[in-house]
Amino acid sequence: MNLRKYLKVYKKFIHTSLASELEYKTNILVDLVTAILSLIGSIFLLSIFFQNNGYIGGWEFEQALIIQAIYTILNGITNTWFNPNLTEIVKHIREGTLDFVLLKPIDSQFFISLKKLNPSGFLEIMLGILLLFFCIRINQINLNLSFLTLSLITISCSICILYSLWFFISTSTIWFVKTWNAIEVLRSFLYIGRFPLNSFSLSLRIFFSIFIPIAFITTIPSEVFLGDSQLWKILLEVIVATLFLITSRKFWLFALKFYSSASS
Amino acid sequence: MVQNIIDVRNLSKSFNVSSKEPGLKGTIKHFFRRQTKSLKIIKDISFEINEGEIVGFLGANGAGKTTILKMLCGLIYPSEGSILVSGYLPFRRKENFLKNITLIMGQKQQLIWDLPPIESFYLNASIYGLDKFEAKKRIKKLSEMLEIDEELFIPVRKLSLGQRMKSELLAALIHEPNILFLDEPTLGLDINAQRNLRKFLHKYNKDTNATICLTSHYMKDITSLCKRVICVHEGKISYDGKLDLLLKKLSPVKEILIVCRSEEDAIKLEKSGFTVKNKIKNEITIKIENNSITSSLKTILNTFDIEDLFINEPPIDEVIGKVLIKKDYDI
Repeated sequence: MNLRKYLKVYKKFIHTSLASELEYKTNILVDLVTAILSLIGSIFLLSIFFQNNGYIGGWEFEQALIIQAIYTILNGITNTWFNPNLTEIVKHIREGTLDFVLLKPIDSQFFISLKKLNPSGFLEIMLGILLLFFCIRINQINLNLSFLTLSLITISCSICILYSLWFFISTSTIWFVKTWNAIEVLRSFLYIGRFPLNSFSLSLRIFFSIFIPIAFITTIPSEVFLGDSQLWKILLEVIVATLFLITSRKFWLFALKFYSSASS
Repeated sequence: MVQNIIDVRNLSKSFNVSSKEPGLKGTIKHFFRRQTKSLKIIKDISFEINEGEIVGFLGANGAGKTTILKMLCGLIYPSEGSILVSGYLPFRRKENFLKNITLIMGQKQQLIWDLPPIESFYLNASIYGLDKFEAKKRIKKLSEMLEIDEELFIPVRKLSLGQRMKSELLAALIHEPNILFLDEPTLGLDINAQRNLRKFLHKYNKDTNATICLTSHYMKDITSLCKRVICVHEGKISYDGKLDLLLKKLSPVKEILIVCRSEEDAIKLEKSGFTVKNKIKNEITIKIENNSITSSLKTILNTFDIEDLFINEPPIDEVIGKVLIKKDYDI
């Protein structure tokens, strides 16, 4: 893979996406306001849960805010990259425009995963980072190198898991043609990621750890921030993320063999 | 030396399709127990295409033309047989193969809808590894050939269909491919836009010696661009050869309307042994075989007092229409 070429193409992707989005100024403004209101709403909801009882699943409100911050960053990443690109896969397959992607001398997974970018998602990422810094302050977290490395690793793994799950569902469109509902179900499950895993019953905890690894996405990075992380959990997250990423790649290449293109 | 650039041997393609009975009962049955069957869309076809050739694929809707094009450019895996395009197995979609080909579909677009076409051109240029200077040079050259200028800077959504199609062509040709697959490129275009597009394709083929495989339901596209046609009927090749030979075969006689100076001359002509279609006063329509037109007309002009004559070519659409419903042509 020619890294320089891919970087150059990605620069073009960013340029064309920004130019496309900036054609609709009002839409960007609405998205920005929505992101702020959504974050305020989520914190308000979280505070209601903690109103009567200072703890949920052994987590204090200030600690649970870390999960909310990580969730907000991940949701921002989802809205910036995954949502505009991975929902488009379904459209590409249904309408047959995937043909143009497959005939380009560039990796098709790279192309369909990163071609678009929604700049309004950036604000959500910024808000999440700001909230995270606020949490670091109120929870008196010591910012040292190992902490920064571990938090970066776990958040990167969370992004990989989230991407792979979404990509997996979108790719299945090659057989099932319509998978909007499955994507909506996935998004609904992701909302669960705003709450500590320990606040759920054992059966749900197992379900969200094994079948849909939501637990890995927010809880493990949050534990790193609180200094409660266990090495085996971090290793497990790295293994799960790697497996998911490799599987999504293999699954895409396998699925393409069944792509029949839309009729003209 | 002319080389085979496309070599297809015993190619077949089957698809699994599900069928559904009408009505609510059929819908419920279809939901719970979907009945699928394998349909052979392409049946054991073989052909070769030489470098620089423009070949038209003719056939009714659903005959398999687009499926053949998509297998040739590597989008669909063949079920049986072999395809070699420019020495590559298309379905492997190797980088060098993809840099050599392009697919243009009249009913689908790759341009970024909200941006001027120029943005899509530069994006494609970076994907094909062209630097800015080279991309600019190629865009200038192609836009001159396509006669587009200001349109390059207007958002795609505000362009007319004809302007959009020209821009699609430019986006698809920026990497200067030497094999073009065109699936109904003139679909929905007005007569002038169709003519301009054909003019461009003709020039592109002449300038670059590119091979062009074309499907179209507009017969003018086929007759003005393709010397050779491959007729596809229910997944099989019913004819592969020169277009003019096919036309002669399908339409062996021409109708000639002769206006005589007097009705007496018309009566004499009627009795002279030609096949007469009809006669109204001094106007008579006769049928003459293609291979004897010159000699027959010479005889008529020398023997009878003729005021005027018209040779009526049968409409090309009507003639080609016969191809679409017939299984085999033995020329």
